[in-house]
Amino acid sequence: MDPITLSRLQFALTTIYHWLFVPLTLGLGWFVAFMQTRYYQTKDETWRKMTKFWGKLFLINFAIGVVTGIVQEFQFGMNWSEYSRYVGDIFGAPLAVEALLAFFMESTFLGIWIFGEGRVPEKAHLASIWLAALGSNLSAIWILLANGFMQAPPAASYVFNEANGRLEMVNFFALVGNPKAWIFIWHTLADGLVMASFLILAVSAYHLVRKQNVDFFKRSFQMAAWVGLVASLMIFFGGHAMGQFMYTSQPMKMAALEALWETEQPAPFSLLTIGDLSGKQEVWSVRIPYAMSFLACNNFTCEVKGVNELQAQAVAQFGPGDYIPLMIVTYWTFRIMMFFGLIMIGIAAFFVWKMMRGDITKAKWMKWVPWVLILPYLANASGWILTEMGRQPWIVYGLLKVQDAVSPNLTVVDLWISLIGYTVVYGSLAVAMVYLMKKTALAGPDAAIHESVDVAPAIVGSQD
Amino acid sequence: MSYQFLQILWFILIAVLWIGFYFLEGFDFGVGMLLPFIGKKDTERRAIINSIGSTWDGNEVWLLTAGGATFAAFPEWYATMFSGFYLALFLLLIGLIIRGVAFEYRSKDANPAWRNRFDWMIAVGSFLAALLLGAAFANLARGVPINADKMFTGNLFTLLNPYGLLGGVTTVAVFLLHGANFLGLKLEGALRERVNAAAKKLWIAATVLYIALGIFTYIAGFWARGIVSPGVVPIAAIAFLLAAGYFINQKREGWAFIMVALNVVFTQVTFFLMTFPNVMTSTTNPNWSLTIYNASSSQYTLTVMSIVALIFVPIVLAYQGWTYYMFRKRISDKKESLVY
Repeated sequence: MDPITLSRLQFALTTIYHWLFVPLTLGLGWFVAFMQTRYYQTKDETWRKMTKFWGKLFLINFAIGVVTGIVQEFQFGMNWSEYSRYVGDIFGAPLAVEALLAFFMESTFLGIWIFGEGRVPEKAHLASIWLAALGSNLSAIWILLANGFMQAPPAASYVFNEANGRLEMVNFFALVGNPKAWIFIWHTLADGLVMASFLILAVSAYHLVRKQNVDFFKRSFQMAAWVGLVASLMIFFGGHAMGQFMYTSQPMKMAALEALWETEQPAPFSLLTIGDLSGKQEVWSVRIPYAMSFLACNNFTCEVKGVNELQAQAVAQFGPGDYIPLMIVTYWTFRIMMFFGLIMIGIAAFFVWKMMRGDITKAKWMKWVPWVLILPYLANASGWILTEMGRQPWIVYGLLKVQDAVSPNLTVVDLWISLIGYTVVYGSLAVAMVYLMKKTALAGPDAAIHESVDVAPAIVGSQD
Repeated sequence: MSYQFLQILWFILIAVLWIGFYFLEGFDFGVGMLLPFIGKKDTERRAIINSIGSTWDGNEVWLLTAGGATFAAFPEWYATMFSGFYLALFLLLIGLIIRGVAFEYRSKDANPAWRNRFDWMIAVGSFLAALLLGAAFANLARGVPINADKMFTGNLFTLLNPYGLLGGVTTVAVFLLHGANFLGLKLEGALRERVNAAAKKLWIAATVLYIALGIFTYIAGFWARGIVSPGVVPIAAIAFLLAAGYFINQKREGWAFIMVALNVVFTQVTFFLMTFPNVMTSTTNPNWSLTIYNASSSQYTLTVMSIVALIFVPIVLAYQGWTYYMFRKRISDKKESLVY
């Protein structure tokens, strides 16, 4: 493989992996903070146990999210040095602000929260979990502002400097006011809440079926079902707004996720499209008339441009080249994301409906609920693959191509070493993480209060 | 504010971030490396980890902020250094990853083999990080091959020269000493005595290596290539290290810690004085060096970042300082006090 492909593969691997952990951190922090606040107000022991139990799962997940985040920040310079030179004047700022404003807050206050109980005043301990949750969500906001510039650079925020051949920032407020980024932020922060809700639903259902700690898990389940419903609806409306924004700012991504080859008015929504082997031509499809026009511009009759016309336009504007993303990926990730998102709304609505009609703890369907945990993970990963693959061949939409962004000094050997290294280390950590998550979740709240601190003496230097 | 003023300001700010990182995370790395050697029982190891448990993650953010600030203020420096030191940074990242996860995971399972494995990951991760940071800074002081397009033209073996390796090993030794002094302040009883005994031996190793590094730097002429002479700063750094030896022998832990801390700080100050106004010196052709002038962001970006830093740096310093104040007590290895 060539260096560009290897660097892309590595970025995809490390980013998707990082993003398996982050949404749960974003959402579960709020839940734990809320639970601790309820304990602070009521002194009801169940709230305290909830704080401890869900807090422990939060920490196991957090550890991997935070360490893999360091790789993200370094990778721009390590693998994409030409990108960093070209847009560093703009892109570096939100990253630096993220570290200064969000990372410090998140890690410092989480440290206080973990170690501070009984050592700092109760109010300060409570404040520390809120600040840690706020810090992680602020960090998501700043990195999405940075990503927003790559997806849809606001015209008012930058100029091209002829003298040094790079983009320079001229308006910071245009950068942080990027509407594209704010739709993403809405979508992503709500996604964190959905992720956390579905984890809580899945774990609670496991225990409810076994009639363990019924009061504790019923309370958790009810909370998560409500939050899950509201937040999944928020994602849905955010997603719809994204569609309309994409229609104007990234029409190629729009056409590619639909496998819409020819411009159509009104445009139909594809239920299933089979392309030929080259992926560049349609062989057969089933489509719902008018639906794509609605997704793109909120009415049933507008024109949606097709891939072929957009390709011709791009060639005219930017010169010869292939401007079509890998359509089999954009098409299917969009469908997985959307269908799973809709299923999650349906599931959360079903839970809420059942809760309002009576006691759900003995329901027969409860034994199937733990499986819902897979849904947000697949939807999350698909959504990001769609977003990032959908802007190919651009790294900054309309301004810089991925092929021109890679570090020119890296050899194939360098890249194989790092790619294999990350894969091995990330894979091993995932095994440890899943083991601990599962063990802790299944052990339930009574085991979660304290860790043992006195196991058999470790023999120094032993190789076990 | 003039463009040049802003460029100098951001050079100083990034220097401050690195100095803060070396001072704070320096003892964290030292504690991590000492963990399996000083802690013989599980409770002891837990006490050692708890001494930095509430603060190490916040300390590590100094590195992230230094990285982010370099990206924002000197994109060319960030691009050249991070792509140029690719495999070294990859190993540094692996060290930081395994160490960070191990801190959180080692106590979450009672199996002694599990704990022992994660304890060694903490030690190895801390060692890798200290070694590679030291080697990276030594190479920055020495200069690296950079062409006219601001591109690094070497590879990993370019960095593994005697000076780079000496810089790495010296950093490991000084951080070990720094960590031992920190533990001397935080632990009690037998553990405290054990760590103070270790500090004596570590001081000898650190001092020998440190002086060797100083002599190498002087003889090889990496000393006074910039426009600012480091002057008495490195002399003071050596004096602090020697004074630390005296205080360690006198069992005055507070002073010993302060002296090594000052040595770490003054060493970093020396580095930044030596290199200014270069940020990466080219050994291929001095005219191709990256400087604060040809590597920096635009005046507008530097102005925006200055305002952000002016507002948030004091806030961060205030709450990080408060954390240390809150967790200032010594840590006993008695079981009941270790439970969280």
